[in-house]
Amino acid sequence: MKAAVVVFPGSNCDRDCKVAIERSTGAAVTMVWHQETALPDGLDLIVLPGGFSYGDYLRAGAMAALSPVVAAVRAAAKRGVPVAGVCNGFQILCEAGMLPGALLRNAALKYVCKPVVLELTNLQTRFTAAFGDKREARMMIGNGEGAYFADEATLDRLEGEGQVVFRYRDNPNGSVRAIAGIVSGEGNVLGLMPHPDRAFEDDLGSADGALLFQSVMASA
Amino acid sequence: MKATVHVFLKTGVLDVQGKAVENALHGLGWNGVADVRVGRVIEFELASADEPAARAEVEAMCQRLLANPVIEGYRVRMG
Repeated sequence: MKAAVVVFPGSNCDRDCKVAIERSTGAAVTMVWHQETALPDGLDLIVLPGGFSYGDYLRAGAMAALSPVVAAVRAAAKRGVPVAGVCNGFQILCEAGMLPGALLRNAALKYVCKPVVLELTNLQTRFTAAFGDKREARMMIGNGEGAYFADEATLDRLEGEGQVVFRYRDNPNGSVRAIAGIVSGEGNVLGLMPHPDRAFEDDLGSADGALLFQSVMASA
Repeated sequence: MKATVHVFLKTGVLDVQGKAVENALHGLGWNGVADVRVGRVIEFELASADEPAARAEVEAMCQRLLANPVIEGYRVRMG
């Protein structure tokens, strides 16, 4: 099993993601610099980590979305390789047009950093299969621009197609319809604001994030 | 030719910064203030003398990078 974590200037959860994937799945994780134009062969998962790529200049994720490596990530996603964007990674996937919608400034204008309870609204995805019959997961959030937004027609389509995967039980940032994570129509691109990479062992307060990585590897 | 681009959140997208500024202005006694929007101004020089063509180029820049059409609208001023 092989995974890659993309490193942008300003990423700060890249190593967390590497350790989380290694400890929860045993996969070999390669770090890939954003200037690379190709990814390693045979990847079972590509992660765009959290952080503040390019200092959030212009809009969070806007600059990173134009990085050479994102073209390679887009091509891999088209071939069906699972891609997960966590926090800033979610913002990058939206800015790159790989997921619908956008992330806005939090409703309370505050950076919110705390554990949250998530409702699992689709257990049939390749990112959630290992959750079994769990209906809730606990993960940490840490974001200032984490309020998910999309127009009503897009939201109805996302819900109708089962693309909403995680929903906040207590909406911490003003996300529309309390959406915390979505998948692409093809089901292999996931974006979520909560950090599975900060919740992969009981010592961290929750091990639910490990189930996400285990789901992807089990589907490989 | 100089280009000036104003980027604002679309109507219908809650502008929490605008709301906070509006509340602060009310707090200072300017109670007649309403609908505050906080946006961003981007200025640059463009190597082109043909205004319609330059404007079309700037509009394309807005669509591709300067604004996020999902949440933001923009106004372009040339010259």
